[in-house]
Amino acid sequence: MSADDHIAEPLPLDAWHRARGARMVPFAGYSMPIQYEGIIAEHAWTREHAGLFDVSHMGQLTLSGDDVDAALETLLPGDIMGLGVDRMRYSLLLDDTGGVIDDLMVTRRADDFYMVVNGATKHGDIAHMRARLPASIALVTMDSYGLLALQGPEAVTALSRLVPGVENLTFMTAGLFGHGEHPLWISRSGYTGEDGFEISLPAHSVDMFATLLCAQPEVKPIGLGARDSLRLEAGLPLYGHDLDTHINPAAADLGFAISKRRRVEGGFPGADAILADLRDGAKTKRVGFAVEGRLPAREGAAILSGDSRVGTITSGGFAPSVGAPIAMGYVESAYAAPGTALEIEVRGKRLAATVTPMPFVPHRYVRKGASV
Amino acid sequence: MTTYFTKDHEWISVEGDSATVGITDYAQAQLGDVVFVEVPPAGTAVAKGKEAAVVESVKAASDVYAPVSGTVTEANAALEADPALVNTAPEADGWFFKLTLSDPGELEGLMDDTAYKAFVAGL
Repeated sequence: MSADDHIAEPLPLDAWHRARGARMVPFAGYSMPIQYEGIIAEHAWTREHAGLFDVSHMGQLTLSGDDVDAALETLLPGDIMGLGVDRMRYSLLLDDTGGVIDDLMVTRRADDFYMVVNGATKHGDIAHMRARLPASIALVTMDSYGLLALQGPEAVTALSRLVPGVENLTFMTAGLFGHGEHPLWISRSGYTGEDGFEISLPAHSVDMFATLLCAQPEVKPIGLGARDSLRLEAGLPLYGHDLDTHINPAAADLGFAISKRRRVEGGFPGADAILADLRDGAKTKRVGFAVEGRLPAREGAAILSGDSRVGTITSGGFAPSVGAPIAMGYVESAYAAPGTALEIEVRGKRLAATVTPMPFVPHRYVRKGASV
Repeated sequence: MTTYFTKDHEWISVEGDSATVGITDYAQAQLGDVVFVEVPPAGTAVAKGKEAAVVESVKAASDVYAPVSGTVTEANAALEADPALVNTAPEADGWFFKLTLSDPGELEGLMDDTAYKAFVAGL
């Protein structure tokens, strides 16, 4: 056990992970399971069956009060007022220059908004929101709740056996369910590119429900290592790596998070800069790379065109489902077109790399109206 | 043939002034799935305690240090096609490189099998 483990706060499933042989590492101030049997096996299991991820380190909170939706629109660029009950949206907490403070999921519920933010940024996010929102808006952190993500094509089979009705949810919708006396707030969402669910539940229920889920033949516990390789293959940015306050949503290729009405009306932080970049094109752009050979290109590696540095890798590694290294990074927009041949420098070696459309592995979300 | 170990979890098997170097079973378990190994080509001069090879797991790149100084005589070509040998046979087929020792006296500071096992047990 390292010194960091001692200062890390244990989450509800800490002992549960250790009992199942997880290797625990400090992350975002908590001890988190990085892997069980190995990242490649866990990654493959999630793609083929269902993986249970403990994401209790993430920040869960509720926001309520009169005109809370309008108040949220002063901080986020999404159409929050137009969000229906039990519908959720990926959005961005923006600073005044349009830089990304965090990316998040926000759901309108009958009486409040439920928000999930990144674990490493949650305290700053809350301080930012509290400082900016009117005093009439109640912001409550759900510190006594855990969060589980069940991801993979068999997630629906396993979860609907325990919680009938969840199969009726479609991607980015949510609802209140239960198991016995345990309330479960369940959304059909996740951050792996696979179909799946996120389950918010009281901390005292987490051990019971995780055990029950892992008793299903489709389900195994999966560490954060495979969560990272899955989200990279899904082309999804990771805050603190692919997103930060120096990056605006246009550069990050997250234009979809700026809802249509908000593009017309503006009124979100950094709107002038972001809308100008969406219209004229950002100077740099987040792109994916297929990397030739077997040597992975990691965060920080220089992206070169001839002798000129044209960008930097922000996430990279070996992609188990692709069977090759892949990476994500920012390049000057002139080099952002798919098919552009560039080089990535790793320890003095130049690896051939091609700008590649993302996702690297197709998403398998279950959308409304789609035939399954 | 005698095998020695470093605190950085490399092993070195010595016979006369020739030796084979790799990483221990403990090290491979800590690294997880190995997807790439960069080994020094024959002719490379390596120095005790200095970076000699790089092992890439799914998650991260880690340096491998030379347990002693010497000149590389052979890199394990099998690792190019099957880097997972480091996981499946770290202290056998998953060796990294062979070298000629330049100063056999450098072996003195290394651990033997018993000492290494005790070292790992204390981690």
